[in-house]
Amino acid sequence: MHKPSLQSILIGLIPFVAMCFTVVLWDRVHPFVLGLPFNIFWIILWILITPIIMSFAYRSERTRIDAQDSEMKGGA
Amino acid sequence: MDNSTIALSVIFGIVLISSIVGLYAGGRYKMNLEQWTVAGRGFGLILVWLLMAGEIYTTFAFLGASGWAYSRGGPTLYIMAYLTLAYVFSFYFLPQIWEVGKKFGMQTQSDFFHVRYGSKNLAAVASLIGVVFIIPYLQLQLTGLGIIVEVASFGGISRVTAMLVAFGLVAAFVFVSGVRAVAWISVIKDFLMLFAAFFIGIGLPYMYFGGIGEMFTALVNAKPTHITMPGATKAMGHSWYITTVLLTSFGFYMWPHLFSATFTAKNNNTLRKNAVIMPLYTITMPLIFFVGFTAILVVPGLANGDMALLTIVQKSYSPWFLGVIGAAGALTAMVPAAILILAAAALFAKNFYRPMISPGMTDDQVAKLAKVLVIVITLIALYLAIYSATTLVNLLLLGYAGVTQFLPGVLFGLYWKRVNKAGVFTGLVTGISVVAFLVLTKQDPFYGINAGFFALCVNFVVTIAVSLMTKTEVNPFNDVPAPANEAKGSA
Repeated sequence: MHKPSLQSILIGLIPFVAMCFTVVLWDRVHPFVLGLPFNIFWIILWILITPIIMSFAYRSERTRIDAQDSEMKGGA
Repeated sequence: MDNSTIALSVIFGIVLISSIVGLYAGGRYKMNLEQWTVAGRGFGLILVWLLMAGEIYTTFAFLGASGWAYSRGGPTLYIMAYLTLAYVFSFYFLPQIWEVGKKFGMQTQSDFFHVRYGSKNLAAVASLIGVVFIIPYLQLQLTGLGIIVEVASFGGISRVTAMLVAFGLVAAFVFVSGVRAVAWISVIKDFLMLFAAFFIGIGLPYMYFGGIGEMFTALVNAKPTHITMPGATKAMGHSWYITTVLLTSFGFYMWPHLFSATFTAKNNNTLRKNAVIMPLYTITMPLIFFVGFTAILVVPGLANGDMALLTIVQKSYSPWFLGVIGAAGALTAMVPAAILILAAAALFAKNFYRPMISPGMTDDQVAKLAKVLVIVITLIALYLAIYSATTLVNLLLLGYAGVTQFLPGVLFGLYWKRVNKAGVFTGLVTGISVVAFLVLTKQDPFYGINAGFFALCVNFVVTIAVSLMTKTEVNPFNDVPAPANEAKGSA
């Protein structure tokens, strides 16, 4: 089984911090951004940013797993 | 034709065409137990994405979310956050579940517990808990469907009759073609849902206020505190938000049907890619919220917020368009309902009935029993939907609080050698008991935090403590040498 790397876990923490733990900081109406109350703007922004961030986690995992697998095949 | 005939004909026509597409797509495969439940593990990125999207965007997302935006305001933001974060979280354990699932031939969530902890009793308890908490989720879909047909018929058809017809259809297509039909019918459902969300999410604010920004300005002027937390509620502040987002995003893939959807993937990389792109699907949710927020000022004073979306559509558009939106809503109820029924039937037949009551059954007999159970489970949910009235959100949160209690057993099962069946069993039972107690005595939120989250913390502590106090057991995930094809499967 391929366990996730610490690096990829740290990347995944970013959206959790932005959308969940920091709610006190961004849960307000003003300023309106693009016609949206600030909290709704913030959440939508992070829905869009999250796949970009996770694509970095994906790349980091893929590189590591491919390396592991080719090592395994080489050893067999 | 009068309004209700037009709206209902459109709904019925779209649902019928979708069902035929589903049946046709599924009918080309020979159905054995593995094909019926996990589609022979042959789904690539697109089909897994569609299947999961099909399961995730339920009537709750459609009617419940707009209903919350309408009746509660700010706290409803938790839905967008948890959906996005659930996919992020899935990146770190679904590929691993797929790997062990492939290695040991798992088809259900309880198979995971059976293999990892070497206990058919633990697996049987897990399957019972799974089925019990699937039922409120199924009831939610039925109730939503009833609301749709009721509004679309302009009050002419009773909710009970509507639910009987639609669920006859769902049961029929689950019967014939299993998980493949569901994935294909999801295609139609997703397109309709996307179309509906964009059209009314942008169209309604323009129609009444001249734009989304103008709608929000008007709303903030009329109700300055509605959009921030705790909105129109008393207890749903920031600590409730954080704990609820954590509970529901961690608990998301603990639903037996979502957990077992993992096994339909061709390889574990499909699941990683899926986790990266799925958050984009959440982008329809803000649009659904816009509808709920618009409805506050346009159709104020509804007793049941779940009616808000359809009521404003009925008021604003012609009946055939109400039919299209109603059909989108009906499919968002029927597709997940089909999957829920399928998962519950397979769980009960394979992980409870066979091991506990009739050990000699063949796979074919289990598949037959599962099909009988489809009818039984549908009838139970139908009965509950007709005879108990609860809002959609309460049903969903109850289900989440229950199924999330599987989390310690799943996560530790993958990543902690020391965990054992005594620990997981005690933790699970304690967690479920705490949930049941707090919910039944109406103490949710519990001192400002989500009761299910509190129960989950207790569950984790008990699982760790009991595991450390009892003997270490063999961990088949690490101790059994990998079969030769493992490297191939993950390539």
